[in-house]
Amino acid sequence: MADQPIVKDPEKEKRKIKSVSKMKEIMTTYYIEAKTAREAGKKVAWITSGGPVEFLIAMDVIPVYPENHGAMVGASKMGVDLCEKAEEMGYSRDLCSYARADIACSVTDGGPIGGLPQPDFLVCCNNICGTVLKWYEVAARHYNVPLFILDTPFIHTKLSESAKKYVITQTYEYIEFLEKQCGKKMDFDRMHEVSRLAVEGLRLWQEVLDTAAHKPAPMTAFDAFFHLALIVTLRGTQIAVDYYKQLRDEMKQRIKDGVAMVPNEKYRLLWDNLPVWYRTKWLSEKFSSHNACLVGDTYTSAWSGIMDLIDEDNFIETGAVAYSSVYINVSLDIMLETLKKLIKKYDVDGLVMHSNRSCKPYSFGQYDLQKMVMKELELPTLIIEADMVDARSFSESQIETRIDAFMETLKP
Amino acid sequence: MEALEKIKAIAQDPYSYALNLKKTTDKPVVGNFCSYTPEELVFAAGGVPFRLFGTKDDISLADAHLQAYCCSLVRGGLEDALKGNLSFLDGTVFPHTCDSIQRLSDIWRLNTGFAFHIDVVLPVKLDTQSARIYMIDVLNSFKSDLESALKNRITEEKLRQAIKLYNRLRQTLGEIYEMRSKDPDSISATDLYHVIKASMITDRDEFLELLTLLRDELKKKIKDRTLNTHKRIILSGGICNHPDIYTALEESGAEVIWDDLCTGTRYFEGDIEESGDPIEAIADRYMTRVVCPAKHLTVTARGESLVRLVKDRNASGVIFMFLKFCDPHAFDYPYLKKFLDDAGIPNILLEVEEQLPSDAQLKTRFETFVDMID
Ligand code: SF4
Ligand code: SF4
Repeated sequence: MADQPIVKDPEKEKRKIKSVSKMKEIMTTYYIEAKTAREAGKKVAWITSGGPVEFLIAMDVIPVYPENHGAMVGASKMGVDLCEKAEEMGYSRDLCSYARADIACSVTDGGPIGGLPQPDFLVCCNNICGTVLKWYEVAARHYNVPLFILDTPFIHTKLSESAKKYVITQTYEYIEFLEKQCGKKMDFDRMHEVSRLAVEGLRLWQEVLDTAAHKPAPMTAFDAFFHLALIVTLRGTQIAVDYYKQLRDEMKQRIKDGVAMVPNEKYRLLWDNLPVWYRTKWLSEKFSSHNACLVGDTYTSAWSGIMDLIDEDNFIETGAVAYSSVYINVSLDIMLETLKKLIKKYDVDGLVMHSNRSCKPYSFGQYDLQKMVMKELELPTLIIEADMVDARSFSESQIETRIDAFMETLKP
Repeated sequence: MEALEKIKAIAQDPYSYALNLKKTTDKPVVGNFCSYTPEELVFAAGGVPFRLFGTKDDISLADAHLQAYCCSLVRGGLEDALKGNLSFLDGTVFPHTCDSIQRLSDIWRLNTGFAFHIDVVLPVKLDTQSARIYMIDVLNSFKSDLESALKNRITEEKLRQAIKLYNRLRQTLGEIYEMRSKDPDSISATDLYHVIKASMITDRDEFLELLTLLRDELKKKIKDRTLNTHKRIILSGGICNHPDIYTALEESGAEVIWDDLCTGTRYFEGDIEESGDPIEAIADRYMTRVVCPAKHLTVTARGESLVRLVKDRNASGVIFMFLKFCDPHAFDYPYLKKFLDDAGIPNILLEVEEQLPSDAQLKTRFETFVDMID
């Protein structure tokens, strides 16, 4: 008897994003390249997700992102095991789970890709948190390699003139550092080209995200979490630009064809904070079951949020200021302004905040933001207590009850 | 020991002291959470820098603003502010420290309603020339922010006087620490804890007088050869607001004879150059003293200095004491521990939430630890 062909649900098939396979291919190639960099005579640098990677690309250094790796650990549900290993090494359970998982991988070569390639040097930009400073110090001791710190003063009210001067000077120091590590001079023409590609990539990424403003949305924040990897990892390359063009076009086509990611989109929600990597599918289905679509989020838009501050013809100086101004390096009142814009742009019916045990700078202040949003915009809000990688901090029944109750309040 | 009694009274009830200060003088009281608060400038502007240590009350109001996974210092400080326990404060100064303090500053500014609020966004790395220049800029703008907040001009003369006074305060604190290190019977660890705590709260002119008196009294008391045979321990961590651990340790046969705490040596170590530009001199103290874990000097600076400290102080063990949920300290712990282990120095970790572990628990842990030390 001949094999029965597997019958796929055509409705579901129609909603699948075709570009996903391309994205997976790009990421696989990227990680193979990173892992074999040494044989190819290339240098590898570890860099924080908010760090100015453009300079590395221009110097032909392969950038590796421990945070992206942390997300992979979370998505492949290996977080608990690795976090526990780090705890055995003496790292408190209360520390960021990206850091814990990554530190454990460094020592055990564990995780989904058998550990990250060893760095030749480290670049840490503290525009996202103080955690990365400590985490990179750990890596610098472990691998015994040089560490460059780009110190971006936190913005409580505004970025002072002296802070601007400080970050610009450090950008020049960064270039000197790279020249020393790579034993060659920076090619400023190439740097200019990389900057142009970076800005173009950011713009395209924003266009992708903007398509979700359409009703019904052709993609959700869960899709954005997945497709984010390139704007972090390959920003400043033609690959990222080409990919996001493809993705944007696919999204536009979906709008034309009337394809919605959530079949009966009725409620539109905004997500705050990092994803719950090991539960994206569950959460996505949970919200869909209420005909709710997470149309936007504060996290994936953080990268493109600063692109208007960048002048690609003067990337060194304007980039430094832009990098200092990212979403999480600013005070709650400035964050509120961004939140309001997103709420308006995506025309949402509610805000879902992930209170993420791991990420203190993102999570502390959420209660205040919540109150301000409810008061000023009269928007319903929900707070979920969880963790992005460490599944021990996720209580399914509790979260399910909260989501169900919240959705009831939205229903007329 | 009249001076000591007065000091203890202040340290045991700081808020009453501050309320009384407000009644009897017109000096502004300026709250802060960090040893990187440029106190010399506050003093030169006529203010009394007032260190906040968290709360003794249960947390209820702060729960509406901060998740439970936030350290007790931050939650407790906010609790007291929201409850009105800090009504004596004219304003607060927030040097940039860790992610938690960074957000506390926002929440504080938006909710507590003190007359002024100043953020001092210091550099995080302290090992480069550009960081030094930025630090000087930040101190200069802090100076003008303070001048307008306290409506008082900080003349160069006043600033130089402030630096002199602070140098004397720090040196005298150092002398008393030295005395205890030499002869632990000269002043008990609990008493010294009260001294250092009061030094961060009391009107500094008044405090220098008390402190000098105390030092002179202790000088008469100290023996050339100590009769104290307890094991010599160093306490390392952030903030210590639990004098009980000193007694528990003593009962187990050990003494804290030195520390590496924000509310300890990190507060008073390092003089400020009295000649030259005063603002630059203040910056240079921060650039050279032992760093707090939320700042970067080199990747091994703290480990090296801790091992050196143990040797220099002829100590035989280290107790790490951190607040639960404190990231900077928790990140450094495994490596500091390794440095100590490699040098053969016994050490234990005590993680503290709002409350210390029970007396019995504490004693068992300390006794086992003291037994580890030969
Ligand atoms: S999750 Fe938060 S604390 Fe962890 S590295 Fe990212 S920004 Fe920092
Ligand atoms: S105890 Fe730690 S987490 Fe708390 S304020 Fe101090 S440095 Fe920050």
